Amino acid sequence: MSEKIAFTIDGVTCKGEKGQFLVDAARDNGIYIPTLCNIPGVNPKSCCRICTVYVNGLPMTACSLQVFDGMEIINDTPALIEQRKIILEALFVEGNHYCPFCEKSGNCMLQALAYRFGMLAPRFPYTFPVREVDASHPKIIKDQNRCILCKRCIKAIKDEKGRSIFAYHRRGNKLRVHIDPKLALALTDELAQKAMDVCPVGSILVREKGYRVPIGQRTYDKMPIGSDIEVKK
Amino acid sequence: MSKPIVATASLAGCFGCHMSILDIDERILPLIDLVEFNKSPIDDIKEFTKTCDIGIIEGGCCNSENVHVLKEFRKHCKILISLGECAIMGGLPALRNGIPIGECLKEAYLEGPTVKNNVHKILPNDSELPMLLDRVYPCHEIVKIDYFLPGCPPRADLIWDALVALITGKEMKLPYEVIKFD
Ligand code: SF4
Ligand code: SF4
Ligand code: FES
Repeated sequence: MSEKIAFTIDGVTCKGEKGQFLVDAARDNGIYIPTLCNIPGVNPKSCCRICTVYVNGLPMTACSLQVFDGMEIINDTPALIEQRKIILEALFVEGNHYCPFCEKSGNCMLQALAYRFGMLAPRFPYTFPVREVDASHPKIIKDQNRCILCKRCIKAIKDEKGRSIFAYHRRGNKLRVHIDPKLALALTDELAQKAMDVCPVGSILVREKGYRVPIGQRTYDKMPIGSDIEVKK
Repeated sequence: MSKPIVATASLAGCFGCHMSILDIDERILPLIDLVEFNKSPIDDIKEFTKTCDIGIIEGGCCNSENVHVLKEFRKHCKILISLGECAIMGGLPALRNGIPIGECLKEAYLEGPTVKNNVHKILPNDSELPMLLDRVYPCHEIVKIDYFLPGCPPRADLIWDALVALITGKEMKLPYEVIKFD
């Protein structure tokens, strides 16, 4: 049996197990720590920093930090909320996010986090970068305008031989996530759908599947992201 | 106390945000009791005749005329609101932002599949016409904007609640469903 651990989040006593990641332990205790690049059950890469909390006074990413006994966590403060908003706003201006016609709108984690943290307009100037849309593959479309380079697709979407279908290409502000054209040919319908679902934004789209769910019934139309975790409290 | 004065304008928008203002339905009657309209396409007053309390801007800036109108609004309105995605981030018109302006004009007036009658191959160049800007700008990148009401279009309830809150000085109690980017 795994070792039990006690810690606090914003002064609330929580219980967890040794080796558990903080976001998962918090979730079990009905506390939502926002995540974007993290996929539960997949080795965390900590690239978006949205899950940053203060642990005994130091900023750390809750998706990659394993809980230990007696840790004191600060998660919900005006300063942390502001930091999270800054990350979100930077992501919005860094790409081209036209939510009004995006197929992921209503089911998009980036948008949902912006709703939750009250972003109305980003404080940074829009960059309107020139990015390509790769529609050359039979099952999926890769829209680079919306890619936030979170690596979720790279980590989670592999073929039956364990080969990655998505990969980083180039560096710096030229960095893109590309699809391996040969592996994309062999993509099954299930894996294509999984890729679209694993992408937190609308950068991976399955052809002819957009706009199926009417406005009002989409994932984040009625309730803020994280509220499903908070009801457990 | 005299009624607060409201002005509205549609810049590079589709008029959908104005339609959403009208979408407050029968609340249009209490609205007329609450405020007086000045320069606005709703009452067709073309020039400011007094200082306004609230200016509501739909659409971003795609040409020199939009910039001129927006600056006039900033001058004449105590509070300026960006209404909708086009005003806030450029919206659909900003899709041209990655395309050089010459290419846009060529596609629209010379080479587009629906161009049939431009036999003299003229690009509009009359000095009466507003100049296109190099790209479409969100309003807050041109003048200071005080409040943002997102949506495409913003929900009528959002517009109504925000206006009433501003006018009565009460805090806005916005339900989650009304702030959306689409
Ligand atoms: S990916 Fe999300 S944030 Fe980006 S345009 Fe689509 S809905 Fe909006
Ligand atoms: S395509 Fe989607 S999942 Fe992949 S890196 Fe870009 S945003 Fe992340
Ligand atoms: S979710 Fe932890 S860094 Fe992205």
